[in-house]
Amino acid sequence: MSNENFEPKIVGFMCNWCSYRAADLAGSARIKYPPNVRIIRVMCSGRMDPAFVTKALSLGADGVMLAGCHPGECHYIDQNYKAMRRYHLLKHMLAALGVEDERVRLFWRSAAEGEQLAEAITEFVADIKKLGPLHWPDNWEESDERLEALEAIVKEHEEVMEVNS
Amino acid sequence: MSEGKAKGKLAVYWAASCGGCDISTLGIDTKILDVAEHFDIVMWPCAADGKVHDIEKMADGEIDVCLFNGGIRTSEQEYMAQLLRKKSKVLVAFGSCASEGCIPGLGNLNDKASCFKTVYHDSPSLDNPNGVEPQPVTEVPEGKLHLPVYYDTLKTLGQTVKVDYMLPGCPPESDRIWDAIVAILENKLPEPGSVIGSNTTVCDECPRKREEKKIKKFYRTWEIEVDPDRCLLEQGLLCAGIATRAGCGALCPQVNSPCIGCYGPNNGVEDHGMQLLSAVASVIDSEDPDEIDAIIKEGIPDPVGSFYRFSLAQSNLRRKNKAGV
Amino acid sequence: MAERVGVYICHCGSNIAGTVDVEEVARWAGENIKDVVVSKDYKFMCSSLGQAMIEEDIKKEKLTRVVVGACSPHLHEKTFRTACKNAGLNPYLFDMTNLREHVSWVCNDKEAGTAKAKALIAGSAERVKYQQPLEPSYVDVHPATLVVGGGITGLQAALELADAGHPVYLVERSPSVGGHMAQFDKTFPTLDCSACILTPKMSEAGQHENITMLTYSELEEVSGSVGKFKVKIRKKARYVVEKDCTGCGICMEKCPRKIVDEDFEAGLGYRKAIYTPFPQAVPRTPVIDVENCTYFQRGKCKVCSKVCPTNAIDYEQQDEIIEIDVGNIILATGWKLFDCKKVPQYGYGRLANVYTNMEFERLCNAAGPTGGKIVMRDGKTEPKSVAIIHCVGSRDVNHNAHCSAVCCMAALKFGHLILEKTNAEVYSFYIDMRTNQKQYEEFYQRLLEEGMHFVRGKVAEVTDAARNPDEQGKLIVQCEDTLLGKQRRIPVDMVVLMGAIEPQADAKELGLKCGISCSMAGWYTERHPKLDPVATMTEGVFVAGTCQGAKDIPACVAQGAAAAARVQGMITKGKVMIEPIVASINEEACSGCRICNNLCPYNAIEFDPVKETSHVISSMCKGCGTCVAACPAGVITGAHFNNQQIFAQIDGVLWDAKPAGGNGGAAAKAAEPEPVAS
Repeated sequence: MSNENFEPKIVGFMCNWCSYRAADLAGSARIKYPPNVRIIRVMCSGRMDPAFVTKALSLGADGVMLAGCHPGECHYIDQNYKAMRRYHLLKHMLAALGVEDERVRLFWRSAAEGEQLAEAITEFVADIKKLGPLHWPDNWEESDERLEALEAIVKEHEEVMEVNS
Repeated sequence: MSEGKAKGKLAVYWAASCGGCDISTLGIDTKILDVAEHFDIVMWPCAADGKVHDIEKMADGEIDVCLFNGGIRTSEQEYMAQLLRKKSKVLVAFGSCASEGCIPGLGNLNDKASCFKTVYHDSPSLDNPNGVEPQPVTEVPEGKLHLPVYYDTLKTLGQTVKVDYMLPGCPPESDRIWDAIVAILENKLPEPGSVIGSNTTVCDECPRKREEKKIKKFYRTWEIEVDPDRCLLEQGLLCAGIATRAGCGALCPQVNSPCIGCYGPNNGVEDHGMQLLSAVASVIDSEDPDEIDAIIKEGIPDPVGSFYRFSLAQSNLRRKNKAGV
Repeated sequence: MAERVGVYICHCGSNIAGTVDVEEVARWAGENIKDVVVSKDYKFMCSSLGQAMIEEDIKKEKLTRVVVGACSPHLHEKTFRTACKNAGLNPYLFDMTNLREHVSWVCNDKEAGTAKAKALIAGSAERVKYQQPLEPSYVDVHPATLVVGGGITGLQAALELADAGHPVYLVERSPSVGGHMAQFDKTFPTLDCSACILTPKMSEAGQHENITMLTYSELEEVSGSVGKFKVKIRKKARYVVEKDCTGCGICMEKCPRKIVDEDFEAGLGYRKAIYTPFPQAVPRTPVIDVENCTYFQRGKCKVCSKVCPTNAIDYEQQDEIIEIDVGNIILATGWKLFDCKKVPQYGYGRLANVYTNMEFERLCNAAGPTGGKIVMRDGKTEPKSVAIIHCVGSRDVNHNAHCSAVCCMAALKFGHLILEKTNAEVYSFYIDMRTNQKQYEEFYQRLLEEGMHFVRGKVAEVTDAARNPDEQGKLIVQCEDTLLGKQRRIPVDMVVLMGAIEPQADAKELGLKCGISCSMAGWYTERHPKLDPVATMTEGVFVAGTCQGAKDIPACVAQGAAAAARVQGMITKGKVMIEPIVASINEEACSGCRICNNLCPYNAIEFDPVKETSHVISSMCKGCGTCVAACPAGVITGAHFNNQQIFAQIDGVLWDAKPAGGNGGAAAKAAEPEPVAS
């Protein structure tokens, strides 16, 4: 499904202190990177709820990027380790649910790493482009048989009612 | 029947479910007579007669309360859900299947083709030499015969029609069912859209002693000798009680068996499995990514079954990626 | 009741409008986002006119929520919150969308920039509807301040605060305050004696009634937060009782053990096993260097104890942990010298007469090991020619990208001192001559006139391999002279390497203790590089001097004073605002599972064993939200970042990802039944 014109829609959750500021820094330095990641600020990577990720995918995101301070350098001492643990368990779950490994990824970027954040986004977007669209809600669609069958029930029941009356 | 007061109309229906909800309803014992005193039971496939035609002939909203158990896996179930929705004033998603998909919802790890392959072709106890599969339409001289169409994805009742209340549990405990019936009779139902039940979790009802949550290794129940007094999760058993609505009386943990989550999430929690996953992951006792990975992969070989045993169909993602089935 | 949302899109001149069609974004938001009743674009939203426009709309249009799409919230969130407040709207009912740093400045393409801007605005507009009014809280500011580092920056900061009447704890890890400046002979460009201007400040600080000086001490642990830090300081054992020692110095005189002084004398001089780093040290109390003390190593000697007239020697002394309460912290931890051995082609450590800049400082210092005589390693021969190599470890991709800021001027100073004290020829090998402060360029002109030779080019090699008799016994500096455009080999007697100013090796570790971060190189990160250079991301923690970046003495002094001024402001105000972004537990619904209990690094979550529920002590909560995401029962709420708000924002930023017909996500959970049943 992948093609050159495919522009993935990606949600990026970034911590207030490191990665969000890294994105600010990338901006101040006018470093260009693909426009696909829509950044949502949270105070800490520790706030990142795995449900945010599945929510974003269920709403049609093609990928989700998580970013926080480097391990050991969390603004809140060690909360990014909790993010790390959740991320590992979430990935285990997503693999079982058939979500490709590359679609959800965690990056550590400090407030000084504007360039590195831009690189991470560039790389991530390129990987998702290679994978092609995810478009999760399509998974919930049923075949045309469904509507036909529903209509048939109504019709049959109406016919029987006519016979009975 | 009390003089001067018209009897209400009650319908009970089952869709994709095991029938346990009906048994639990009958478990209210002789109180079933009180129910019969207040309601005409217009439909209850398991316990009373009642024809679809008669329901179809009713005016919209003529049924006062419909207790609907089971998820929606076929076109017939979807039709009945829509029909009963239309004819009922109050529609209750009764039990885990209707509320969140339950065990049948784990079928969402497959699709129709792979389910049929197992059931009609690969099952070891099968005798199907011609490899016959049920067909939605069969032509006979008299015309077309229809079988319900089997869906790729089981949907919850709430994903199919608008639901007024949910009664959690697999099955809901008989006492909780009676509480709900009383609430209906006394007109003391909570705000529409809510869950009839507690707003705490199983821990609230669990007598085990809780101290410090730090998990270095997850165990299966047969792998350790369980301390009968201490929190199961603290002993490394993946107990879903922390994230599961109270109401059962912590029956499983009381017999050394971890909660498996049948009462679904607490109020305000959108995705039961994710909430449980987030909590459990948070207390893994390691800061080393490789060790964390090892603890997870060794201890939780089946993440969907561990976290989404009852709620996969109601989760954000609802099913496995079809591309990966 | 539906909210009334106002959306304001800033052009930021052409900063945003250049790559985002701001009019289109404003139009689109007004027409397409539910509950948006006002949507405007404006040249500069942060201007007083822009703010007035918002204030007027809040009143006139009865806005209940405001979204501003402009620059980073880290720049102007406060500005617009204040505007909302002025108009009577709770400031937490406002959300800021970053359309500049995150969109216009990083996008090349206007179409893509506009689309991204729309998505971010949609996210904010959906989120803001769920925001709730919040009230900040206030904590009292403890009047005492901790200054870490007793160099010129820390001394300046400490004195400013102490003179203003506030208590200061000045912590220095070496045995004396003074820092690197105490090692210098002269200071550029005025050539005044470093000790003459520094030592008065040292003794003033040592005697100041408001300064508690803790030398030979290190920061152990910091807890608490702005206004009410609790700090543990390890006061290392000196083995000399400070209150008994008069500083007479007899112990140092009589101590039989002499050691090369690698610190203060940069390896060129000696000190005793019991010592003060230099004669004017403050405090004057010496310390015993256990590793080199005969008594500590072999069990006998005790000469110092025998000669001490006040019995101040205590071989049993132990490290002491001192706990103090302070309202603010100033880090002025300084720098360390680049290890010049990392540039092996310059021969330092291999060729005897190659010196580092710090060695040379000692060499020409009148109080130094040679009494200020510039002589070679043999201790007697005066060099006939000296080469000074700039940018050793600075402006070098292999080592440090930064310019060390002071080396050009220091090299000129060295040149002057050599020309003044010897008959040597002096060559400066520079990449660019950087003399951009007051009187610096004039000093450069002076050295040109004094006859110092300047060769523009990066030195390739310093070698003793002679190619002709002229080079015999000399150090040959091989360099491309980029002004002449040719290779040169210049034989000299002595080479001085201008080693880079580097961050302290443990800067990161100390920063973590105080909750502040470093750049990749290791400099502390200021809140804003231009507008807030001494504050950090952590309220109540300030940085000053070379720990923030290489700089000269005047800049260090100015920053020390600036940090002190900021702290004084806090102390005078007396109270500091605490963001109401904290977690709270609905105790009624809490089942006491205790998942959250261990997750808080600030111990802000407390378990009540009687009620069997947990609760958050909000004054200790810093609002990271980790417990919110972890609570399996969903009963912990994170103010301003609750699930509803974040889910709404996800929904908003993905407004264009949903399939046509709105079958996705939350909408599908309560899907409209298709009208099939009769």
